[in-house]
Amino acid sequence: MDQRETGRRPAHSVAIRVMHWIGVYAMGCMIFSGWEIYNASPSLPFLFPAWTGLGGWLGGALAWHLSAMWLLFADGIAYLVYGFASGHFRRDLKPPRPAELGQDLGAALRFRLKHHMGHYNAVQRVLYAGVIIAVILQVTTGLAIWKPVQLGWLAGLFGDYPIARGIHLAIMFGIVAFVLVHVALVVIHPRTLKSMIVTVPAEIEESR
Amino acid sequence: MSDQRNKPAVSMAEIKPELERLHRRGFLRSTLSLGALTMLTGYDLSTHSGVDAALEAILRFDDRVQAALFSRQRLAETYPASAITRPFRFNAYYAEWQVRPVPDNWVLSLGGLVADRRPWTLQKLMALPQQGQITRHICIEGWSQIGQWSGVPLGTFLRRVGADLSARYVNFKCFDGYSTSIDMASALQPQTILALDFEEKPLAPQWGAPLRLRIPTKLGFKSAKNLEAIEVTNKYPGGYWENQGYDWFAGV
Repeated sequence: MDQRETGRRPAHSVAIRVMHWIGVYAMGCMIFSGWEIYNASPSLPFLFPAWTGLGGWLGGALAWHLSAMWLLFADGIAYLVYGFASGHFRRDLKPPRPAELGQDLGAALRFRLKHHMGHYNAVQRVLYAGVIIAVILQVTTGLAIWKPVQLGWLAGLFGDYPIARGIHLAIMFGIVAFVLVHVALVVIHPRTLKSMIVTVPAEIEESR
Repeated sequence: MSDQRNKPAVSMAEIKPELERLHRRGFLRSTLSLGALTMLTGYDLSTHSGVDAALEAILRFDDRVQAALFSRQRLAETYPASAITRPFRFNAYYAEWQVRPVPDNWVLSLGGLVADRRPWTLQKLMALPQQGQITRHICIEGWSQIGQWSGVPLGTFLRRVGADLSARYVNFKCFDGYSTSIDMASALQPQTILALDFEEKPLAPQWGAPLRLRIPTKLGFKSAKNLEAIEVTNKYPGGYWENQGYDWFAGV
C-alpha cells in the first residue's frame, strides 16, 4: 500500500468509533447488571459490592440485562459484518506469527513496545481478537442459560445449564480483565483515546 | 402501665417481610451506585420514569420473542433418579417457618372460560391419569436443582373441565397469598402438570401441598405451590412477582 495514502486514512473509521462507544455502553450495562444478578445467588464465595450493581434489585437488574443484550447483539452483529466487509479484520487483526508475538510481548512487558496510531502491534491484535471471541462466547453462553430448554442444543454444547452458567461467569472475568488492561494502556497513551473520539490520521508504520 | 405503653404496637416479626421489600425496592434505589453513575441511571422498574417505561416495553418485547421461541413439542431434559438434588432447597416469597398448612375441606376452584366449574377434591384429582417427571427446576436467581414430581397433566385437566383452549392465559391463585399466570401454549405442553406428589410421596406443605403447578419449561417462580384456584382468561392476570417486575413469560 502507498505509505502516503496510509498516512491519510483515519486511525479509526467513523463506523468503528460509533460501534466502539455503543459497545462500551452496552457491555457496561451487561457487566454491572450481571453483577447484581450474580449477587442474588453467588456461586463463588464473594459478592460484588452493592454500589457496583445496576438495577437496584434482581428484577431491575434482569430488566437491564435482558434489554441491553439487544443493543450488544445489534452492535456486535454490525461490527462483525463491518469487520469482514470492510477488510478491517483482515487488515488490522491478522493473527501474528509466534516470533512476532514473542518479540512484541517482551517489549510490552518492558514498557518498550511502540504504538503507532492506526496500526496494531502483535500484542494488541491478540488482545482485540481475544476479546471479540470472548464476547461472541459470552452472547452464546448467555443465550444458553436464558433458554436452556428451547435452545437445549446450545446449553448441551456447553455441558448443561449449571456449567453454561459457570462459563458465562468465567468469561465475564476475562472481559473485565481485558477492560482493565485496555484502559491502563489508554492511560499510558492518552492520545489513543482522542483517536477513538475524533478523526486522527493514522501514522505511517515503520517498516519492520 | 409504663410497660404496656413501651410495648410496640407492631412487632418486628410482623413487619419484617414488608421492611425487607421496602429495603430492596426503595433504599437501594436511592443510593448512588457505580452502575447508576456509569449508565446515568438509577432505574429499577419502580420509578414510573421514561427509562423504567422503556425497560418494561423491552421486557414485553422479550416476552414476544420467548413465545416465538417456545415450541409445545419441545421437552425439557429429564434425568435419572440418581441425579435428584438432595437436600432439595425450599424457596418461596416467605421463610420456611411461615409455610401455611392445608386448609380444612380444601378444594380446587375453577373460574373463567371453563364449561364445568365444579370444584375438585383431592380424591377426584388422584383418579385422573398421572404422569411423573424428573426435571431441572431453574430459579430466576440463577441456581437450579433436579427434582421429581408427578401428577395430572394440566392439558388433560383443562380438556376434562371443558376449558376454552383458545384463551390466552391460565391464572393460578394460591392459599399462601401467591399468584402467577402462564400462556395457554405453555399450559398445554405435555410436561406441565398439576403435581400431587414430590419424590413419590404426597406433597408436604413446604413443597406445595396439596396441589402445585410444576412447569419445567419456565423459571421456578411459575411453578406455584399451594394452589386453591385456576382461572382461564383472556385478560392479563399478572402475578405476585410479575407485578413487581419479573418478566411475565419467564420461559427457559
